[in-house]
Amino acid sequence: MGRQDYIGLCVFFAVVLTIPFLITNDYYISVLVFAAFNCLACIGLSLLLGYAGQISIGHAAFVGVGAYASGYLTVEMGWSPWMAMGAGVVLVVLIALLIGVPALRLKGHYLAMATFGFGTILYIVAVAAVDFTGGPAGLSDIPAISLFGLVLDTDKRFFYFSWAIVGIGLYFGLNLIHSRVGRGLRAIHGSEDAAESVGVDTPFYKIQIFVLSAVYSSIAGSLYAYYVNYIDPGPFSMMHSVLLLTMVAVGGMHKVWGAVIGAILLSLLPEFLSFLTESFQAVGLEYNEDYNTLIHGSILLLIMLFLPEGLIDGLGRLAGGVGGMINIKRHQDSAGT
Amino acid sequence: MDSGGGFTDLLQFIFMGLQRGSIYALVAMGFNIIYNATGIINFAQGEFVVLGGLMMVTLTMGFTFSIPFAFLITVLFVMAVGILMERFTINPVKNPTVLRLIIITIAVSIILEGSAMILWGKESHYMRHFSSDETFEILGATILPQTLWIIGILILIVIGFMLFFNFTMTGKCMRACAINRDAARLMGINDRKMVMLSFALSAGIGAVAGIIITPIIQMDFGRGTMLAIKGFGTAVVGGLGNSLGGLVAGILLGVIEALGAGYISSHYMDAIALLILLIVLFIRPSGIFGSSEASKLKEF
Amino acid sequence: MSKNHLELINLRKVFGGVVAVDDLNLSVRRGTITSIIGPNGAGKTTIFNLITGYLKPSGGIIKYDGRAVNGKKPYRVAALGIARTFQNVQIFSDMTVLENVMVGRHLRSHSGLLRSSLLPPFFRKEEKKISCDAEKWLSFVGMAEEAGRSAGSLPLGSQRMLETARALAMEPNLLLFDEPASGLNARETVAMGELISKIKEMGITVVLVEHDMELVMDISDTVSVINFGKHIARGTPAEVQVNPDVITAYLGE
Repeated sequence: MGRQDYIGLCVFFAVVLTIPFLITNDYYISVLVFAAFNCLACIGLSLLLGYAGQISIGHAAFVGVGAYASGYLTVEMGWSPWMAMGAGVVLVVLIALLIGVPALRLKGHYLAMATFGFGTILYIVAVAAVDFTGGPAGLSDIPAISLFGLVLDTDKRFFYFSWAIVGIGLYFGLNLIHSRVGRGLRAIHGSEDAAESVGVDTPFYKIQIFVLSAVYSSIAGSLYAYYVNYIDPGPFSMMHSVLLLTMVAVGGMHKVWGAVIGAILLSLLPEFLSFLTESFQAVGLEYNEDYNTLIHGSILLLIMLFLPEGLIDGLGRLAGGVGGMINIKRHQDSAGT
Repeated sequence: MDSGGGFTDLLQFIFMGLQRGSIYALVAMGFNIIYNATGIINFAQGEFVVLGGLMMVTLTMGFTFSIPFAFLITVLFVMAVGILMERFTINPVKNPTVLRLIIITIAVSIILEGSAMILWGKESHYMRHFSSDETFEILGATILPQTLWIIGILILIVIGFMLFFNFTMTGKCMRACAINRDAARLMGINDRKMVMLSFALSAGIGAVAGIIITPIIQMDFGRGTMLAIKGFGTAVVGGLGNSLGGLVAGILLGVIEALGAGYISSHYMDAIALLILLIVLFIRPSGIFGSSEASKLKEF
Repeated sequence: MSKNHLELINLRKVFGGVVAVDDLNLSVRRGTITSIIGPNGAGKTTIFNLITGYLKPSGGIIKYDGRAVNGKKPYRVAALGIARTFQNVQIFSDMTVLENVMVGRHLRSHSGLLRSSLLPPFFRKEEKKISCDAEKWLSFVGMAEEAGRSAGSLPLGSQRMLETARALAMEPNLLLFDEPASGLNARETVAMGELISKIKEMGITVVLVEHDMELVMDISDTVSVINFGKHIARGTPAEVQVNPDVITAYLGE
């Protein structure tokens, strides 16, 4: 029953523990902290997209709600960061129910557009509701969060904190997949008719997973606010929703691990490209953040055209094909032995 | 405010609404053409509009081509983009799932958006009006000649497409494919070719929308998303696949939006428009003009 | 308990202007195998979809255990103890064979989102029980060996068996088979027939829609013949075979 997944989780924690010993540069640590936020949101999105088969192109909006709830409640109302994060979760649950109950009755393109439209509405509100969000100027002086009396105001501390939360998110996610509820969700993805024929209450399951994945995003948003101490509407635009979708698709939609790998890879990509710039300076090629949109779009397209199951599956098949000896079965995790 | 001023305002907003609505109607037509031929919703539809607008800006302002000539070149250029999109991203995918197709068209849309940003920069681009940019008055409302161009060209395109779909062999084949692809294929219609043609036509219509609106809104690279989402909403309200419904819905949405912006709040105008679209999507996904029985047959 | 396990009273379904099921009356006795046969397009699958809630009747009553169950959602119908298979097999092809059957235990287990996510499966009693029960049903249809395989990789015959195991895992009282033999070879058809008889012996009421007449005549207690959505004959297999109305319906005038 998915033992590989839990071995993977142990490896994950081991890697997280050792990284700050290997990477001492604070800048790179901070890049990895941002990767953690994306990772958390992507794990949630992958549960919705890859397991339940329901698309959302509005998830950045949930990240935004979490971030703004944390920002507003701590700065303007003086709440403690933990309380504000909790309130953000509650708010996101309510919003996800409000939008999810009608939206999840829709399928395919309609659901995609509905979530897209909803995300855009929240973005417009973030820009226009100056009294609450500070408008385009945003909210600043958001306090840092502390844990057991320890203020998490250094990159390294926040690195451990954020990745520990990703680990917890992964643990919950993995448990869920290998459970009655997880099978119900995967059944809905496989055949909604068949799932209903054995008694899976599909509307209820879809809304549950939609809300859960929104909660993952909300927590990612709150963490972002406490780390950066400043928020504006920019990072919660539709482009970020598409980026989250890209991350999940790149790693592999049908595995939570795909979301983790995809989120890390795409979060590190800009750094990698800037690094490459140095090598290509001679030929006049220079990486510039403006290229990100084009690059992300191209990656998403290439993956969808050539590796629709994502990198994990693609590399697995490649290894299986080349190695022959290395027998990597698809859906090995669910072999149920 | 006296009643005459109120009426003038109203008339002014209605003209603004017609102008916006024409664009939504054109984008919705683009959605419908591809949807009818393939069952795909092309999320890149808004980018065709942006490309049309920006290309036109370059040709008329940069190269100082005449408007009709630049118009033609721009439409052909965007049609070529549409054909390339179909050839390289839609055609090669065998047995695609809906989810995969959605993500592919989203990917194309952000590739086009990213390219437009690099090629044309982030700023808005001014373009000269088709004729004079001096306003004139109708019953007290000030109107730009460009508004009349927009409405006129919309009417021409609608008539053109009605003739095309009803009186030419190719048009009839496309309609046949829309009604039943398998049957059409059995009758010897090359449905692959029809798919390509639908992308070309849809891109062309998008380009026209971009060309005619740019003198008024000043095009920039980032407008595609909002245009796509509103155009899709329009298509849904009109009943997906129903071009005439889309036309009426587009005009309706444009007018409601203009009235909303005029009387309520321009900050939240887009949000309100989207909210209306979401509500229609939730309550009546078959659209106002579509039959709910028919929509159940579609795979959504 | 009423003698009739399932009863359709004046059941009617109209699509657009087409009458697919036309004031149909049909009853199924508890613990028997009832077959519904009829020419293509007679409305047989529509009847199943009406009973199991995939379609809403245009009129009439569906009584299960003497209670009207019209208009319930499919998952509510399933909760009443009605299981079904599908004419075009509907398995979860991305899951393993065992997991498919485990989904069938859905209504017989209870953990919700929260309980499911707190502990890994190997620490959870219910999860072990679900897997155990599923294995039992898989053995029942003779597929224990395939447990770890991906369900999508099975040949059609095994997929139909798997679908049956999944339905049985629900421990239903009434099982509806929609053309279980279609696409199967002669040997597989015989195996399917034996399985269905075995299911009846367990006390489960079976309703069968099937085109394979040999199978129908072999295992059915009662055969109902439908044409154009109407009930035209009913009786034991032997009676139905010599009924002139039936012969007309199948062979034409």
